[in-house]
Amino acid sequence: MEPEGIQRRRMAVSRRLVTEAGEVLKKIEEGFPDRLEAMGYFYDLFRRHYTEGVPPRDGGKRIGVMCIQVPAELIYAAGAVPVRICSGARSLEQAGADFMPSRSCPLVKATMGMLRLGVDLPQGRLDTVVVPTTCDHKKKTAGILTGMGYDVYTLEVPPVKDTEEARYYWQNSVRRFALALQERTGRRITGKRLKAAIGRMNRARLEHRRLLNLRRSSPPLIYGKDAFLVANACFFDEIERWTGALSALNDELEGRKARGLSAGDRNAPRILLTGSPPVFPNLKLPLLVEETGGVVVADEVCSSSRFLYDAVAYDEEDLHDMVPAVADRYLKPCTCPCLVPNDDRKRRLLEMVKDFAVDGVVYQAYTGCQLYEMEQKAVADELTEAGVPMLYVETDYSPEDRGQLSTRVEAFMESIKARRRRWRI
Amino acid sequence: MGRIRQAVNNSDINRFRSCVQIAAFGLLLYGGYLAVDLGSHLPTFACPFVENRGASCYLFGLQHQMNIPVERFLSGRGLGVLTGLVTFIALLVLFNKAWCGFLCPVGAVQDWMTRVRRRIGLRYSAYSEEGFRGLKKVKYVLLALLILIPLGMSNSFAGLPRLSHDFSTPFCMICPGRTVLPLFSGDVSQLVVDFSSKTKTVLTGLGMAVTGVFFAGSFVKKRFFCLFCPMSALHYIFSKAALLRLRKDGGRCTRCGNCYRVCDVGIREIADDLVSTDIVKDDCMMCFKCVAACPEEGCLRVTFIGLPVYESTEEGFFRRMERRVGDGA
Repeated sequence: MEPEGIQRRRMAVSRRLVTEAGEVLKKIEEGFPDRLEAMGYFYDLFRRHYTEGVPPRDGGKRIGVMCIQVPAELIYAAGAVPVRICSGARSLEQAGADFMPSRSCPLVKATMGMLRLGVDLPQGRLDTVVVPTTCDHKKKTAGILTGMGYDVYTLEVPPVKDTEEARYYWQNSVRRFALALQERTGRRITGKRLKAAIGRMNRARLEHRRLLNLRRSSPPLIYGKDAFLVANACFFDEIERWTGALSALNDELEGRKARGLSAGDRNAPRILLTGSPPVFPNLKLPLLVEETGGVVVADEVCSSSRFLYDAVAYDEEDLHDMVPAVADRYLKPCTCPCLVPNDDRKRRLLEMVKDFAVDGVVYQAYTGCQLYEMEQKAVADELTEAGVPMLYVETDYSPEDRGQLSTRVEAFMESIKARRRRWRI
Repeated sequence: MGRIRQAVNNSDINRFRSCVQIAAFGLLLYGGYLAVDLGSHLPTFACPFVENRGASCYLFGLQHQMNIPVERFLSGRGLGVLTGLVTFIALLVLFNKAWCGFLCPVGAVQDWMTRVRRRIGLRYSAYSEEGFRGLKKVKYVLLALLILIPLGMSNSFAGLPRLSHDFSTPFCMICPGRTVLPLFSGDVSQLVVDFSSKTKTVLTGLGMAVTGVFFAGSFVKKRFFCLFCPMSALHYIFSKAALLRLRKDGGRCTRCGNCYRVCDVGIREIADDLVSTDIVKDDCMMCFKCVAACPEEGCLRVTFIGLPVYESTEEGFFRRMERRVGDGA
C-alpha cells in the first residue's frame, strides 16, 4: 500500500500535467496558420495520452528506456515494447525537485518525478527501466530507481567511441542486455525475430529520413514544432502505426511542395536547433523561434533527428553478426556529448547547415547539463569559422524566462534578416 | 541516363559480383578448352599449374624472370622483365584491386567456403583488429622473398653461395592456388610432398601445411588468405594510378560503421578515415560491399576515369535492406 501522500501528490501533479500538455498542444495546433491535415493523427495521439489520460494499448511487456543508446531492435525481438521515458513536463520536473538535487538537469528531474509518483502518461505502466550509463545525471538515476522498487537494468555505455576496445566493450554490453531481456520476457531472441525487428526499425527510420529530405526544401514545408511532435510521438507510439502516420504526412508535404505551398513566411530565417533535447510539452524554445518568425528546419538533438537517423546494416543473418551490428548502430554514429572526443557532432552540424540551407543555429543547454554547456564553446567556434551565427540559450522547463528569451530570440531573428539584407545589396 | 544510374545504385552488388566471379573462374581455369589465352601477366591467381587455364598469374612469370644475374638486367632478358611488369601494371590500372574481389579464383573459392559456412549456420570467428594489423605485414615479406629468392639463385650476394634451383618459383610452392585450383580440373597431383631434395621437401611440405591452413582459416574467417597475399601487396604499390577507384566523401560520413561492419577484410579506415578521398587500402579487394552498406548519399563512390559507376544512396541502401529482411517480417 503506497503512502497516501504520494497518491495525493500524484493526483495533483497529473492534473497539472493535463493542463500543461493541453496548453502547449493548443498552441501547437492552433497558434499557427495552415494546419497540416496529416498532423491530426499526432495531435490526437498527444491529446489522448496526455490530456485524456488514455493509457497506450498493451503490446507486451513495456520496457522504459532513457537516452538513445538502448537498442530498440533487441527489445522488439524479445517480444517487448520500448518506450522512451525522457520527460519534458514542467509539472513532473517540480515533482522530481522534491527529492532530486536542485542543480540536476530538468529532463532527469522530470523523468524521476514521473517515475516516483508513478504517473504513467504517456508511456503506460513499465515492467523494466533501462538506464544507460551516459551522463552523470542519467547514470545516477539507476540506483535511485532501484531504491524506489523498479526493476532497473543498467546498460553500460563506454565513455569513448573511437577505439576498438570501446566498441568491443559496448558489443559485449549489448549482448548481455539481450540475454537479460530474454530472461525478463521469457521469449528467445532468434535471428528471424531480430531480422524482423531490424526491418521494422529501418522502415521507421527511412520514413523519418523522407521527412528530413522534405525539410530541406526551401521555402520550408513544415514547422519545426510539428516535426518535434512527430519525433516525440515515436517515444511511445506503436511503431508501425507511427510509420504509417508519418508516411501520410510526408505524402501531404510532397503534395504541398508540388503546389508551392510553404509553412510560415517563405523567407523566414531557417534555424537549426541543437543541444539539450526539447521533449513535449517543453517545446518552449522551438515555439519561441517560430512565434518570432523563424522556422526550425533541422535539428541535431537526441529527441528527434539524432535518435531516428542511422540505420542498422549486418552482413550475416545470424545473431552472432546481427547483435553486434545493432550495437554498432547505437554507438559509432552517436553524437551525444557524453562521448569524447565528439568531433562528429561538429561535423554533423556543419553538414546539416549546408544541407538544410540554415541561416542560424540555436543552441539550447538545460541548466545543469554540463555536457552541453561545456561543448558550447567548441561548437560556437566551429560555426563562427564557417560564418554561421549561433544563439546560445541556457534554460530549463520553467516558463519564467520566456520574456527574456523571446527578446533574445527576436533579436537573433532580426540579426539574421539584417545579414540577409546586407548580402542582397 | 538518370534512371539507369538509379537502377544501378539500387542494385545488389553482391549478386552481380557472384556472377562475375563464376564467369571469371570458368574463363581463367577452363578457358584453355576454348583456346582462350589472356596472357601470362594477369594480376590475379590464374594458376599456371592448372592444365587448361585461360591465362597465367603474373607472380609465376615474375619469379622465373627474377632468376637472372644482375648484370643481365640490361640485356634482352631484362627487357622481358620490363615488358612483363608493364603489362601487369596496364592490366592492374584498368581494374585496380577489383581483380581480387571480382576475378581472383582463389578469392572465389574462399567466398564459396564462406557461403557454405553460412548455409550450415556456423558463425565466423572474430579477431581483434589490432592483433590482425601486425599479421597483415606478412604479405610484404612474402612479396620481397618471392623476388629475392629467385635473384639469389642466379647471383651470389655478400659472398654467400647461390641458392639451389630447387627454390624455383618459391611462392608457388607454398601458394594455396597451386594445390587447390587444379582440384577443379580433377587434378590432385599437386597435393603431394616432393621428397626429391631437402629444399623441395620443405617447400612442398610447407605448401601442404598452407593448404590446410587455407581451408581451415578461410572457412571461419572471410577472405583469410587474402590478408597474406603478396599479389595484393604488389597491387597496392600501383593502386593509386588505377582508373577504377573507390572514393569517399568524409563530409557526408556519419561514421556509423556500416561499411566497416560488412567489410570481409576488416578495413577500419573505411569508416573512420574522414580525410582520404581515395580510400583503397592494401587489404581492400574492391568488392564494394561497403558502398552497398552505406546509407549516405554519395558518401562512397566507385568511379572509372572519374565517371561514377556505383554509389551509395539512401534509396539503394534501404531497398537492399528491405529485400533482405522482407522475407523475415
